[in-house]
Amino acid sequence: MNGIFLQLFQNTLVVLLAPLFLGWVNQCRAVLQNRSGAGVLQPYRNLIKLFHKDAVLANNASPLFRFTPYILFSSMWLAASLVPVIATDLPLSPAVDVIALVGIFALARVFISLAAMDIGTSFGTLGARREMLVGFLAEPALLMVFFTAALISHSTSLVTIVATFAHKPFLIYPSLSFAAIAFVMVLLAENARIPVDNPATHLELTMIHEAMILEYSARHLALIEWASALKLFAYTTIGFALFMPWGIAEAGNMTAIPLALALLLLKLLAAGAALALLETVSTKMRIFRVPEFMGTAFMLSVLGMLIHFLLGS
Amino acid sequence: MTPVFTLLPLDIALGVIVYWLLLGFAGLFSQNSRFITRFIFPAAALGSLLLAAAAVVSLVGAANVAVLPIGLPLLPFHLRLDALSAFFMLLLGAASIGISLYSAGYFRDMPGNTLGLLCFEYHVFLVGMALVFIADDAYMFMVAWETMALSSYFLVTTDHHIAETRRAGFLYLLIAHIGAIAILMAFGVMQNGVHGDYTFASMRQSELTAFWSSVVFLLALFGFGAKAGILPLHAWLPEAHPAAPSPVSAMMSGIMLKTAIYGILRVSFDLLHVQLWWWGATALVIGLITALFGVLFASVQTDMKRLLAYSSIENIGIIMVGIGLTIIFHTFHKDELAALALTAALYHSLNHAFMKSLLFLGTGSVLHATGERNLGKLGGLIQHMPKLALLVLIGALALAGLPPLNGFVSEWLLLQAFLLSPGLPNTYLNMLVPIAAAALALATALAAYVMVKFYGIIFLGRPREANLVEHAHDVGIWEWLGLAWLAVGCIALGIFPVYFITHIDFVTQMLMGHDLGTATQHGWMWLTPIESERASYNPLILFGAIVTGVMFTLYLVKKFYHGRIRRSAPWDCGFPEQTARMQDTAEGFGQPIRQIFDMFFGVIREVPTPFDKKPHYHGETRDLLWDWCYVPIAVLTEKISALIGKLQHGRINIYLLYSFATLLVLLAFVR
Repeated sequence: MNGIFLQLFQNTLVVLLAPLFLGWVNQCRAVLQNRSGAGVLQPYRNLIKLFHKDAVLANNASPLFRFTPYILFSSMWLAASLVPVIATDLPLSPAVDVIALVGIFALARVFISLAAMDIGTSFGTLGARREMLVGFLAEPALLMVFFTAALISHSTSLVTIVATFAHKPFLIYPSLSFAAIAFVMVLLAENARIPVDNPATHLELTMIHEAMILEYSARHLALIEWASALKLFAYTTIGFALFMPWGIAEAGNMTAIPLALALLLLKLLAAGAALALLETVSTKMRIFRVPEFMGTAFMLSVLGMLIHFLLGS
Repeated sequence: MTPVFTLLPLDIALGVIVYWLLLGFAGLFSQNSRFITRFIFPAAALGSLLLAAAAVVSLVGAANVAVLPIGLPLLPFHLRLDALSAFFMLLLGAASIGISLYSAGYFRDMPGNTLGLLCFEYHVFLVGMALVFIADDAYMFMVAWETMALSSYFLVTTDHHIAETRRAGFLYLLIAHIGAIAILMAFGVMQNGVHGDYTFASMRQSELTAFWSSVVFLLALFGFGAKAGILPLHAWLPEAHPAAPSPVSAMMSGIMLKTAIYGILRVSFDLLHVQLWWWGATALVIGLITALFGVLFASVQTDMKRLLAYSSIENIGIIMVGIGLTIIFHTFHKDELAALALTAALYHSLNHAFMKSLLFLGTGSVLHATGERNLGKLGGLIQHMPKLALLVLIGALALAGLPPLNGFVSEWLLLQAFLLSPGLPNTYLNMLVPIAAAALALATALAAYVMVKFYGIIFLGRPREANLVEHAHDVGIWEWLGLAWLAVGCIALGIFPVYFITHIDFVTQMLMGHDLGTATQHGWMWLTPIESERASYNPLILFGAIVTGVMFTLYLVKKFYHGRIRRSAPWDCGFPEQTARMQDTAEGFGQPIRQIFDMFFGVIREVPTPFDKKPHYHGETRDLLWDWCYVPIAVLTEKISALIGKLQHGRINIYLLYSFATLLVLLAFVR
């Protein structure tokens, strides 16, 4: 019973907290860039504004185009709900292990790319092509990061990985440190952050994610923006689960939940600030440098696995 | 009371084979296209259904054996339907239901005389494949194998008035026969000089040394690999598949390639006793190279059927990776893991039969509606063919390996097998495995790229040539039925994997002596190979969660949102002349891949100079292996035949001189 309660609690928590986290990252960025910023609540205001508008659809938009925001939102919500953020006691979690989690991200990526091609504008197809380009290198890199963790914990279930890492005395695995660098690179690329993509501009030479959603408006756009926030949240919490799993409540331990929640908020604050700092100090890359960047991430993650085999677990 | 008359699954299978033959002859003699499409093809689908049902019964039961008193004197046909045969028989039956139903609609406009011949060849092809699976001696196996190869050759060359098609057919026939020679030699070695009857039963008895076993394995890998299209014997696939009519492409790619997988499994696990770990490593490496090669070339194709043909090469590579892992685990006596890898390979074979048939049939409908195979001229078909677009979307998502569809399940199983591999006693293998896992992950991620390109360019966007889609009509009822059967198969295989794996267990039990029993111990919903703590996957919950999420969001949006929608022209970025030609072409969409993996492609470019009055751009991506591997062999063959040609002058006295010289030499040596 506790499990179902926790699952529902987490579902609600992630969907409400995700825009706040995005707002925090943006606010940190603004401060680092000597701007006053729009405040951490700005993403909520954006969503409310978008939900009030009339939807404008292109004349030749197909049902696929209208349906995609819902699939995107729903799958990202599911992904964020599966990651143990405050407790490992999640009934949904055994259904989807890390490989399936990577599959859910791929599902969302394929759908948004298809929707981008649906209207038939040059920007849409350009965005879809670039998104798939980033994705086909990011996906195996992410999978290899998970594999490194899975080899140490002897399980592909995220819950078991967290439980194993949280129990072990703190020690730095050489393989995991490679995986961590690769993971951060994947996180930047998959969430359309600098240096791979810049969420703040609509410059045709550089945009990837924004090019794909140019045709969306109102509620559809709101759902996509919310899904992006959820995706960033999911990736960040996956990072916590793999590399700093301390404080996540064990199964059946309800008393640890408030502490876990507080720790999660602290971690989010720190991670958001770090992400903003990373984005501020780096510059946007040319699009054809991106495969090199992603290739590095892929190689690092494979190297992490090889090191695991070399040193023996 | 014992029943007087029992019908064994093997009898039903033989009955279906005879029934198919009769249908083929009926088509050949009637030559009435209405009769053939409305009656014969649906009737053939019924036969397929019966065959699939018999196969399911046979999977569960014991092996059936029979001897038919036909064939050579003292060498009658031996038949055997065991779990391995039954599994592939199930694949044949289940996939051909969809293809036959589709054919009932697809061929309706074909003239009667051509269709009569095609109908005959089609059914002989089905019969040939079914016989391959139940053959229990080398002689019958080769007869069935050749029946299959020849009938499919004639099917490929249906449009024989096109020179390209004839060329493709010849290439296919050539490589098929080089493969057949290797298979024949493999059987010859297995017979081991013992006076025997060439039955598989006597081959199982023969005690081969490790060296001769390896020879057999390599010959079989080469021979069956030529049929499956593993590198570097893949050259016929991208030529033959586009040339053939779409249902034939579907059958060749979906089913016939699996006969080669069947052959490799039959020889290496059933007929041979010894297995060496390096066989597995060889199969693994070849499989990986094949998979990566296939998917890279698929991403730069401009012809939709060639794209799918390269994608088939990729999937055969993935299946070979599974087989390689199975051999490695089996030789190190980790039978539980071997069962897992074998299950993944078999499951992927079944999945590929469904999804690739679905997509090839889909391209058939596109071809019918627009008359165009070139991706660069299509586009926007989702507006004109919504029913087809939905079904092909399912196939494309499945082939891209996305949950909760079927392609994901087999990839999940295979990746699990890789993750469980540590602990092998061989250090080199331990190093190979993570690299192999990474390469496999890369191949499957690229498959998603290919499928977005395939689906996006054909169905989405605006029509690149407006006149092509003017007469585009959606699929008819028969075509829809065939496609829907395959699409439902993709969904069912994706959502209820445990149900299918409990049936595959009989095959792994037969070949490995071990099954994946643990995969099912947590009920029919939970896929848990090895232990539930290690890994678990529940596609039903995943699917249910996404559907619930969509419904919930839709409900909330409906309840709290005004729902106003305005239609307008797409945003033109302030540049009013947006034309359909500004969308990505097939070349454009594949361009990043071509640039990143530049060294693997032979790219020929013709770029106009600034002074060209009529600028002409031409780009072509060539298969380097063709230039490196096939052309030298062809040149060498011609040189050797030119040398031999020097002996032939066409004068009788010179030939008499040769006979005389031979006689002298023989007298000198053989006294």
